[in-house]
Amino acid sequence: MTLHFSNARLINPEAGTDDVGSLTIVGGSITALNAPAPEGATVIDCGGDCLAPGIVDWGVKIGEPGERHKESFRSAGLAAAAGGVTTMIVRPDTSPAIDTPEALEFVTRRAAESVVRIRHMAALTKGRAGHEMTEIGFLLDAGAVAFTDVFNVSNDTKALSRALVYARAMGALVVGHPQEMGLSSGASATSGKFASLRGIPAVSNMAERIGLDRDIGLVEMTGARYHADQITTARALPALARAKANGFDVTAGVSIHHLTLNEIDVGDYRTFFKFTPPLRSEEDRLAVVQALADGLIDVVGSFHTPADEESKRLPFEDAAAGAVGLQTLLPAALRLYHAGHISLPALWRALALNPANRLGLPQGRLGVGAPADLVRFDPDAPYILDRATLASKSKNTPFDGCRMEGKVKATYVAGALVFKG
Amino acid sequence: MSFRARHLLGIEHLSPSDITTILDLADKYVDLNRRTVKQSDVLAGLTQINMFFENSTRTQASFELAGKRLGADVMNMAVGASSVKKGETLIDTALTLNAMHPDLLVVRHPSSGAVNLLADKVNCAVLNAGDGRHEHPTQALLDALTIRRAKGRIQRLTVAICGDIAHSRVARSNLILLNKMENRIRLIAPPTLMPAGVGDFGCELFDDMRPGLEGADVVMMLRLQRERMDGGFIPSEREYYHRFGLDAEKLSHAKPDAIVMHPGPMNRGVELDGELADDINRSVIQEQVEMGVAVRMACMDLLARNLRAQRGAAALAAAGGVMV
Repeated sequence: MTLHFSNARLINPEAGTDDVGSLTIVGGSITALNAPAPEGATVIDCGGDCLAPGIVDWGVKIGEPGERHKESFRSAGLAAAAGGVTTMIVRPDTSPAIDTPEALEFVTRRAAESVVRIRHMAALTKGRAGHEMTEIGFLLDAGAVAFTDVFNVSNDTKALSRALVYARAMGALVVGHPQEMGLSSGASATSGKFASLRGIPAVSNMAERIGLDRDIGLVEMTGARYHADQITTARALPALARAKANGFDVTAGVSIHHLTLNEIDVGDYRTFFKFTPPLRSEEDRLAVVQALADGLIDVVGSFHTPADEESKRLPFEDAAAGAVGLQTLLPAALRLYHAGHISLPALWRALALNPANRLGLPQGRLGVGAPADLVRFDPDAPYILDRATLASKSKNTPFDGCRMEGKVKATYVAGALVFKG
Repeated sequence: MSFRARHLLGIEHLSPSDITTILDLADKYVDLNRRTVKQSDVLAGLTQINMFFENSTRTQASFELAGKRLGADVMNMAVGASSVKKGETLIDTALTLNAMHPDLLVVRHPSSGAVNLLADKVNCAVLNAGDGRHEHPTQALLDALTIRRAKGRIQRLTVAICGDIAHSRVARSNLILLNKMENRIRLIAPPTLMPAGVGDFGCELFDDMRPGLEGADVVMMLRLQRERMDGGFIPSEREYYHRFGLDAEKLSHAKPDAIVMHPGPMNRGVELDGELADDINRSVIQEQVEMGVAVRMACMDLLARNLRAQRGAAALAAAGGVMV
C-alpha cells in the first residue's frame, strides 16, 4: 500500500522546518519527502493541512489492571487516535502496580486492543512503595521503556540511590517526580493569594525545586539516566539548567495543563482543575512556556489521568487529581503556537521527537525510513469542546466548553488510517 | 431593599449595600430578642435544616434559635454520626435532603468549598455556617453588627485581627467584609500562622502585637485552631501567649476605647487573658453571641423573602402569566 500526501504543510521537528510539500509512505514507513507520486500510489491532497509525526504521549494512565471502568486500552487507544497520539507511554500506577515481568506481560497482551502503539513503563520499586527495587533487568527484557513510581516520591533516599545505581548499570531510564513530599503532603493547591482566599491547603512552589535538587544530587552520585516527569515552576528551572550544563544525563517534561492553565482557573473549587502537582501562578506558567520554547524543557505530555464522576464530585480537598488529555493535548498545545510562544516544529520536538529519542524509539520523525506514524490536522479550525464527545471512558477534562483551535483530520499508525475526523 | 441573593455562601458575593441591609434588619431583631415575647412568624411554614458535618455547639444553637424565633420548623442533623460514616457522598446526602423539600439549609463542613458544591445541587436557600478555612459569613456579619453598635459605624476604623489567621475562616470573611466597608485592617500573627500572599488583600501585616495594635479601634482575637493543625506551627502555648496572647499591657497600645472581640470558643490564657475577656468595659464577646442570633435571623428572613419571590415568579411563569 503506497500513500502519497500532496500539498501538505510538513512539520519536521528534526529539520526544524515547516514547509508545504509532499510525503510518500510505503507499507509502514516513510519512503520519500517532496518526491513525485510513485506509480499506483493513492494520492491524498491535504489542501494545506499540517502533516506531522504522530504524538508520543509520555505519561498516560490507563485503568488496566484495576480501574477498567475509568479507561481501558481500547478506549484510550480510540481517544489517542482521535487526538493525533500514535504512541502512548503508559504509566505503571495501576492497581496492582506494574512491578513484575508477569504484570508487564499481562498489560502488554491487553494493549493489543489499542489502535495506536503502546509502550510500557514499569515501577521502579515494588508496589511503588519506594523501598525495594523491582526486577529491573527482567522488566527491561519484557519491554519496559522506563522505570518510575509515578507520583509516589520515596523518602527512603538510600533505597532510591541503590535503585538508581542498579538502573544505570542496566542502562535503564528512571523517571522521577520532583517533589519534596514533606512539604507538599496534604496540599491541593500552590500557596499564594488564590489558595489563601479559597482556604485550600497549599504547598510552596519550592517543594518542586527541593525535590529536583535532591534527585539531581542522586543523579550526580549514581550516574543514572534521569527524566523529571513535570517541571512546572520558575524556581526549578535554574536547577534543571545547571544539571544539563554540568553534563548530567537529565531531561525534563511538563504537562500540557501546566502550560495552558493557572491556579486561578480553579475558580469556585472546580475539581476538574485539580492536578498533581497543583496548577501554578501565571508567572510560573509563563516561565515554563519560555523554558519549553528555549528547549530547556524537553517533553510535553497530556499526563492523561481518567477519573470517574464520583471521584471528582467531592469537595476540592477530597477530589481525585488529574484530567484526561489524549484528545485535547494537540489543540491545547496549539494554543501556545497561536499565542506566538513557539513554532510548530519546536512544539513537535517536545510532543514527538524528544520523547521518542529519550526512550529509544524510532518514532517522532518525518524522515525517510521513519515509521509512518502521522497526524494530519488543520491548526486553525475552531470549535467548542464538549466533553461528552470525548472517546475516553472518563470525561474529566478542564477544557469542557472551551474554545479550541486545531482539529485532527486523520491519524495513521504504521501507514494505516486509525482515525478520520 | 437591595439584597437579592439566593444563597449566603460567603461575604465575597455581597455588596456593601447588601451588608448594610442585613445589619439594619439585624438591628431590629436585636430589639425583638430583648423582649419577653420573642416570637415572629416571618418563617412560618418554612422548614430549616441544620446540617453540621463538623461538631459545633454554639453556631448550631444560634441558628436553631434564630429559626425558631422566626417561626420556622427547625431540624438538626448530626451528619457526622450517620450517613457519611456509611459511605454516602456529600452530594447524595444533599440530594436526599433536597427531596424532603427544605426551604433553608444551614451547612457547616470541614472542607473549603463544600458548601458551594452542595448549593449547586439543591433548590432551597443555603446558608454557609463555615466551610473549612474558606468563609464563615454570618460570623463576619455578627462581628460587623457588634462593631457598628459599639462604635456607631463600620467604616474608617482600624481593626486588628490577631492570631491563627492561616486556619481561620472567620479571619477571611472578616477581612473581606471590613475591606468592602473601607476599614483599615491589620493582621497580626506569627509567620507560621499567616497565610501566603495575604498582604495583597489590602491589609497590613505584623508579627509583633505592640506595633500592630497601635491606635486600633477594634481588636479581634482568633482561636488557636489546634484541630486543624498538623503540628509544629508554634513552639508552645505558653510562648504563644507570651508573644501573641492579648493582655492588658498589649491592649494599652490600642486606642483607650478599643473593644476586644473573640469568635469563641476561647482558650483563656492561650490567646486571651481571662480577666480581659470578662472586662465589660473592653470585651464585647457576650454581645457577639447576642448579635449572632439577630444576624442569623436577618439573613434567613432575607433569603426566605427572595425564595418566596423566586417561587412566586416561577409559579406565575408556569401559569403563563406576566409579572406586572
